[in-house]
Amino acid sequence: MTELETKSWRNDAHAKVTGKAKYTDDLKFPNLLHAAPVYSDYVHAKIDSIITEDAENYPGVVRVLTARDVAGANHCGQIVQDFPIFADGKILHHGDVVAMIVAESRDIAIRASRLVRVEATPLPAVLDPEEAMGPDSVLVHANHGGNIVNTHQIRRGNVEQGFREAAFVIEERFQTQFVEHAYMEPEVAVCVPRADGVIEVYGSMQHPFSTRRFTSACLGVPFSEIEVVGVPMGGGFGGKDDTAAIVCARTALAAKLLNRPVKMMYRRDWSIRESYKRHPYRVYYKMGVTKDGVISAVQCQIIADAGAYCSVTPWVTWRSTVQCCGPYQVENVHCDTYGVYTNNIVTGAMRGFGSPQMNFVIEQMVEIAAMKAGLSGIEFRRRNMVRQGSVTITGQRLDGHKVAMEQVFDAVLGEIDYAKKLARCSFGKSNSDEFYGIGLAMSYRGVSLGAEGVDFCAAIINAQVDGSILLETGIHENGQGSESALMLVCARELGVDIGRIRYRRASTSNIPDSGTTVASRGTIMGGGAVTQAARELKKKIAEALCEKLRCRSEEVRFKDNCILGRTDNERMPFGDAMKAMFQSQCFPYALGVFKAPRVSWDEHTGQGDAYFTWVYGCQAVELTVNKNTGEVTLLNAVAAHDIGKAINPEMVKGQFFGGMAMGTGYGLHEEIKLKDGKIVNLNLNSYRIPRAMDLPEMKAILIENPDPISPTGAKSIGEPANEIMAPAIANAIYHATGQRHFSLPIRVAGAVEKTPEKECKP
Amino acid sequence: MQTVKFHINGKDMEVSRELAEKRLVEFLREDLGLTGAKNACDIGACGACTILIDNEPLKICIKRVKDVEGRRVLTIEGLAAPDGRLHPLQQAFVDAGAIQCGFCTPGMVLTAHAFLLRNPWATRGEIRKAINGNLCRCTGYQQIIDAIEKAAIYYRGNRQEGEPSKMDVGAAR
Repeated sequence: MTELETKSWRNDAHAKVTGKAKYTDDLKFPNLLHAAPVYSDYVHAKIDSIITEDAENYPGVVRVLTARDVAGANHCGQIVQDFPIFADGKILHHGDVVAMIVAESRDIAIRASRLVRVEATPLPAVLDPEEAMGPDSVLVHANHGGNIVNTHQIRRGNVEQGFREAAFVIEERFQTQFVEHAYMEPEVAVCVPRADGVIEVYGSMQHPFSTRRFTSACLGVPFSEIEVVGVPMGGGFGGKDDTAAIVCARTALAAKLLNRPVKMMYRRDWSIRESYKRHPYRVYYKMGVTKDGVISAVQCQIIADAGAYCSVTPWVTWRSTVQCCGPYQVENVHCDTYGVYTNNIVTGAMRGFGSPQMNFVIEQMVEIAAMKAGLSGIEFRRRNMVRQGSVTITGQRLDGHKVAMEQVFDAVLGEIDYAKKLARCSFGKSNSDEFYGIGLAMSYRGVSLGAEGVDFCAAIINAQVDGSILLETGIHENGQGSESALMLVCARELGVDIGRIRYRRASTSNIPDSGTTVASRGTIMGGGAVTQAARELKKKIAEALCEKLRCRSEEVRFKDNCILGRTDNERMPFGDAMKAMFQSQCFPYALGVFKAPRVSWDEHTGQGDAYFTWVYGCQAVELTVNKNTGEVTLLNAVAAHDIGKAINPEMVKGQFFGGMAMGTGYGLHEEIKLKDGKIVNLNLNSYRIPRAMDLPEMKAILIENPDPISPTGAKSIGEPANEIMAPAIANAIYHATGQRHFSLPIRVAGAVEKTPEKECKP
Repeated sequence: MQTVKFHINGKDMEVSRELAEKRLVEFLREDLGLTGAKNACDIGACGACTILIDNEPLKICIKRVKDVEGRRVLTIEGLAAPDGRLHPLQQAFVDAGAIQCGFCTPGMVLTAHAFLLRNPWATRGEIRKAINGNLCRCTGYQQIIDAIEKAAIYYRGNRQEGEPSKMDVGAAR
């Protein structure tokens, strides 16, 4: 394998670049039925009746399903089971599905979906999370007893004391928006009943095990009767968990009831209408700073709009709480966090998972504080940032890995020539039409799930008698290249060419439940599991073949596609070695498990070792702001992240650039707009994700401090890359215009929003 | 009975008039099994369904079969050599790490191909503009632009002004 091939190697590149890769909607099955969801136009209402006769009688319609057809549980969820398969009794938000049409063609299903009538009594809706927290508010879930989904808190030190010690105190209020994941492939599922009664589920989802859980609960059958199969997926970004799993569950229900394969391919407007979004946050933030420019206290209140269902709001807001002071040491912290039900679109996991909102706040607060303290943002950060051995705001000592905060910070400052360019910023004064600004932001991020949940992962290496190797892991290929990275780990650990390895089509009926492929945990958890499996396999091979190699088992080595004894002369080609394994009745098969090290959390004090390791990142951006129009043009962007170890360097860079692009959209372009609880911008003409011309040339600096806890040395990059671009842009806009922006997306005064492109009809 | 005739991926094709009104993206995906063109927005906003008609990019979720009557159609399936060897532009996408989820890739590659046929000496800024109509949520476009820039050299070749590019694979072989 050449160096170029390993640098950007992907097992699926050839299939994808030739159009041969088969995504879910590309799969065909004989006798296939098609399904379409039915929505009502209510936001909050009591359902009186759902009249399906006209749709049922429409030629080509096979069946119309509603809540009464659900054999098992009609509600599901990863934390609280409140997310309905079909609306039952009440409609709680505009994305609720009341019925599903199953028909001989997709066109027929869509046409018939308009014939379902919902008779309902409208109820007053609560659309403002702070209002929803009030004692007199309308209740979204009457039996929940209030609209608070969850709370988290941090009580560290004594904030009153901290504020007394401060030379000054600053207080600001921030607000962020609903954001759509906008994966290029909308939700889709194909479910195929097998002759043995098992339902095979092919779908665009990033949590096959949760999909199986939801589907099995909905159908009322055991896990063994549902097999969720991995197929190429057109992006997820955290967004293909609950909703995508429910799309699979509904489709499977139809397939089970009708005993025919059923496909449900979502239209973009359905996808945007129904899928969960990034949480909008309201954050009240108060910071005390001593005369030496040291943060002495932080008090904050975080309010997250959960929308109508719980989804993973408690976990998202937990990360926000743990990271509520950014990568800074603060002795006195008082943080109260609330997830709140409203009748808005449900919110859930999205790349960053509660950190982009907080970083937008913190990284502006430190610059406001720095200016007031008469220090540069650079110096202020140096005085407060976490270092080797620092204690975090949750009482966790940062050791056992390299605390690279200052290293990534200096890498970005140097690469972009920050200090020199900062002196050239316009600060609202310019002789031309353009203001110029540079800005940066930095963060640390707890890796993987942390104290949110059980965190372990499996991998199976199954070497064959001919020397070829099958690899399967519990990590899902969302498009990020996890299969390729894990194959590279396997090849390196076994000392074989990657061409020998095939990634087995993942199946929930084969690999143990390894949780969801989110939280930037694919490489660290999957890589850990593959490494353990490879070590286990090597041990088996060494024990079985050491006699033949005339050495002790611990002396056996693996390299260059060979099994070697003490010297390079005692060698067996890998293929011969596998044949010898079978002849000695020993399967060259290993299950590897990587368990995340212990973490801890006390809900009352908000103290504990929240994450087993941390990643460090910094990003800077240069831009101009047009004086007259307010239009922002990005000129250049640089990012440095300590990713531990780059397994597949070009793919790591791809995560940098993609994250920075998504962060740019978050900062400047993207907002799901709701009017009276109904989403207004339902397609990609009016919901504007960054296009090529919206983005600058970007540079990625990979910092590698291999993590001792991670068997591969690798940590995370997917989310770190996405969580600091918006505050870097906000700081640059401040340096350009002299104006602070406290809400997202940033609209500089004078800027007119781009009108949506014309919608084209065939 | 009258038919709709066109040329696709190096071959002549004739289909019945009944199909003339069918959406082109559905015709390719369902009737011809050419699933490289993806359907992701239905309104011509994202570019995932882009194919080339007489070497011009066209978003076919908003077109019908009759719209390509008498034209030369190139889909992603027709870009690699018949023996499976990748076109230099495709190879550049692979080498540059320009592929992640791959859903935008077929449309992106074809848009870039049409552009480089006309502008083999393009700057990075011009490449950026050329792919502005094709959305990608994974890559931030950086490595896609790298790939197109690197592949441009193959489109320059020894070509004289006005001479067709040797890279033009859509012509009948």
